[in-house]
Amino acid sequence: MPTPTAPTPHPSGDNRFKLLDRAITKHQSRGDALIEVLHAAQGIFGFLENDLLIYIARALKLPLSRVYGVATFYHFFTLKPKGKHTFVLCTGTACYVKGASKIQHAAEECCKVKFGQTTSDNKISLISARCVGSCGLAPVAVLDDHVAGKMTPESAIARLKTWQEQPDEVTT
Amino acid sequence: MTVEDLQELAEQEQARQAKFSHRLMYCSAAGCVSCGSLNIRDMLKKALQEKNLADKVEVIGTGCMGLCGEGPLVKVLPEGTLYQRVDEAAAKRIVDEHLVQGPIVQDNVVDITHPFFAAQFKIVLENCGRIDAERIEEYIAVNGYEALARVVTEMQPGEVIEEVRKSGIRGRGGAGYPTGLKWGIVRKVPSDTKYVVCNADEGDPGAFMDRSVLEGDPHRILEGMAIAGYAIGAQQGYIYVRAEYPLAIERLRLAIKQAERVGLLGNRILESQFNFRIDLRIGAGAFVCGEETALIRSIEGRRGRPRPRPPYPSERGLWGMPTLLNNVETFANIAPIIRNGSSWFNAIGIPKSTGTKVFALAGKIRNTGLIEVPMGIPLRKIVFDMGGGTPEGTEFKAAQTGGPSGGCIPAEHLDVPVDYESLNAVGSIMGSGGMIVMDSTSQMVDVAKYFMDFCKDESCGKCIPCRVGTVHIHGLLEKIAAGKATTDDLGLLEELCVMVKETSLCGLGQSAPNPVLSTLRFFRHEYEELLKQPETFVPSGNGNDPTTH
Repeated sequence: MPTPTAPTPHPSGDNRFKLLDRAITKHQSRGDALIEVLHAAQGIFGFLENDLLIYIARALKLPLSRVYGVATFYHFFTLKPKGKHTFVLCTGTACYVKGASKIQHAAEECCKVKFGQTTSDNKISLISARCVGSCGLAPVAVLDDHVAGKMTPESAIARLKTWQEQPDEVTT
Repeated sequence: MTVEDLQELAEQEQARQAKFSHRLMYCSAAGCVSCGSLNIRDMLKKALQEKNLADKVEVIGTGCMGLCGEGPLVKVLPEGTLYQRVDEAAAKRIVDEHLVQGPIVQDNVVDITHPFFAAQFKIVLENCGRIDAERIEEYIAVNGYEALARVVTEMQPGEVIEEVRKSGIRGRGGAGYPTGLKWGIVRKVPSDTKYVVCNADEGDPGAFMDRSVLEGDPHRILEGMAIAGYAIGAQQGYIYVRAEYPLAIERLRLAIKQAERVGLLGNRILESQFNFRIDLRIGAGAFVCGEETALIRSIEGRRGRPRPRPPYPSERGLWGMPTLLNNVETFANIAPIIRNGSSWFNAIGIPKSTGTKVFALAGKIRNTGLIEVPMGIPLRKIVFDMGGGTPEGTEFKAAQTGGPSGGCIPAEHLDVPVDYESLNAVGSIMGSGGMIVMDSTSQMVDVAKYFMDFCKDESCGKCIPCRVGTVHIHGLLEKIAAGKATTDDLGLLEELCVMVKETSLCGLGQSAPNPVLSTLRFFRHEYEELLKQPETFVPSGNGNDPTTH
C-alpha cells in the first residue's frame, strides 16, 4: 500500500481544490480509489476538465493516460461543462415502450440541439440516461435532479420553454 | 454486543413500537418520492398534530411498497390498509377519518386482495414497506441479524455452506449458478485474504428490483454478506452500486455506519472471533461492469473491461485473491434461509428453481411495480392476473425478460412457467428481473434495434466480435427498418448474430444477439414484411426466379 502523502496545494488558489484534496486524503491517495476521486471531483467542479485530470493523476501517482482512460470509459463522467439546466431523458426499456422517443424528438426540436449536447446559450443540456430505475412511472425524465414521471412531449416542451424564457443572469 | 444484547435491542424496539396506536408508513423509494411522497409525509404529520395524535401515531418512511405506478402510497399499520395516489386532501382524510373516526377512506384505498398482492410470496421484499430503512433497530425488531448471530455462535462455516447448498438457491443475477456450490468453491481455495463482493450494478434498462431492496432493506444485504464472509473465510466485503442510485448509496452508507456502531460489522462480531467490514464502491455508468471480471476491474479503479475466464473470480478475483461475487437479491435471501432452514426455502417454488423471484413489472401493463412471486408461476398469471393485462384497447404482444441479454416471449408461450430452464427453452432468460410488457403498438424490428443500439454503445471494445459485430447488426436492423433490406441481408443478420454469440469474450457480447434472435424466432413475419420487394428482373445466367424469395 502506498504511503499517504498530502497533495500539494493548487497554484490557482481555487478553494474547490481543498475539497478535492480532502477526498483524496480520505482515500489515502490510493490509485485504486481513482473512480471515487473522479466522482468527488465531478461533484465539486461539475465536470472534469483536463487540468483537473492532470491534478488527480499527480495526486494519485497514476499515469495521466490511466486517469483519462477511466474518465472517458464511464458514461457518468463528463469532460464538458453542462448547461444551467439539465434535461435527462430516461431511455430504458419501459420508457422506450411508452414512447420516450417522441419526447426525445420534441425536446430536440424545441432546443435545436441533439441529445448529448448543450444549447449555444449554455442554458439547457439534453442528456439521455440508460435507466433511472423508476420504470413504474414511465416515461421518466430527470429535470434538474428532480425525477418527473409520466412525461408527455407537451409537458417536456412546457418545461423547456420556461427554462428558455428565464432571463440571463448577469455574468461576472 | 452479545447475542443477548441483540435480543434486548429487539425487545426494546418492539416495546417502543407497541406504544403507538397506529404507524403510518409512507413509501420513500425513488418512485413515490418523485410523486411527492415527502410532501405527503409533512401533511400527515401536520394533520396528526392538529388532532393531537403526534405522540400516538408514528409516521415512517419505508422502502418500495410495490405499486409504483399509483404512488404516493401510504400504509396504515396495524390494519395493513394501503392507500394509493395520496394527495394533500387524502392525507388529511386518512388522519381525520381513518385514524380519528375509524372508517377507511374509500376513494384512495387499494384492494389488497387483488392478485397483484395476493399472488405474491415475499421473502426478499418482506421488510419493504414494513420497516424504517434508516433505523437498524427496526430491522433488528423483525428478526434482523438473528441469522448472523446463529451463524457466528452456533455454526461451522461448512455447515453454513451446506445449508445454503441444500436450499437449492441459484444466483439471482440471471445466470442461475447454484449459490451453495459457488460458496463451497471459494471456501476451498487456500488463501489468507478473500473478498465478498455484492453486485449492485443494476444496469439492465427496465429493472429496479435491486434498487428497491437496497433502499428499503439495506441491512438485509449487509447481513447476507457477513454470513457469506463467515462461510468462505473473508474479512472484507464490497458493494458495487450504481452511481445512478443516490438514495440507495445514502441508505447503505448509513446502514454500514449503524451496524459498525452496534458491533454487527467490524472486529469480533457478536463477541466471536469473526471480523468483517463492508465498503461501498460507486459505479460510474457502464453496463459491462455487471459482468463479474469487469466489475472487479472497476472496483480496482480501472476501466471496466472483462477478461477471459478461467481463472474464475472464485480463484483469482479482486486484487488476485479468491472472491465471492453474488447479486443483491441472492444476498437478500441468505438470512431467511439460515433463519428458517433450507427445507423451508426449497419447498417454495419448483425443484430445480427454488424460492422466489422479484420482478419489475413495467411497460404496457395496467399495474406496474415490483412483485415477488414463487418460481414456476405461469407467465400468464403474472401478466394478466397480477398485472391486469395491457391497457384498454390494445392487445398483448410480448413480454420481454432479461433486458438486452434476454428475449421476447410471445402470446403463444404465455403459459410458460417462470423458472430458469423454461425461460431458456423459449429463447429468453430469467435475467435479473426486468419484465417489460409490449402491446400491438411495439414493432419488433424496432425493439430489436433498440436493444442492439444499447449493446453497441455499451460494448467495451475489447473483443472484436462484440465491438464490430454489434455495430453491423445494428446497421442491418436499421436497413431492415428503413425498408431497404433484401432477403440476403436477413440471412447475413442471422449469420452475424450466431457469430457474435459464439465468439464474444464475455456475457455482454455472448447475449447481445438474443433480442434479435428471439424476435426473429417468433416475429419473423415482421422482418419479412419490411424487406424490399424484389424488382422484377431476371438475373443473368443463374436463372433464379426472384418471385420464389
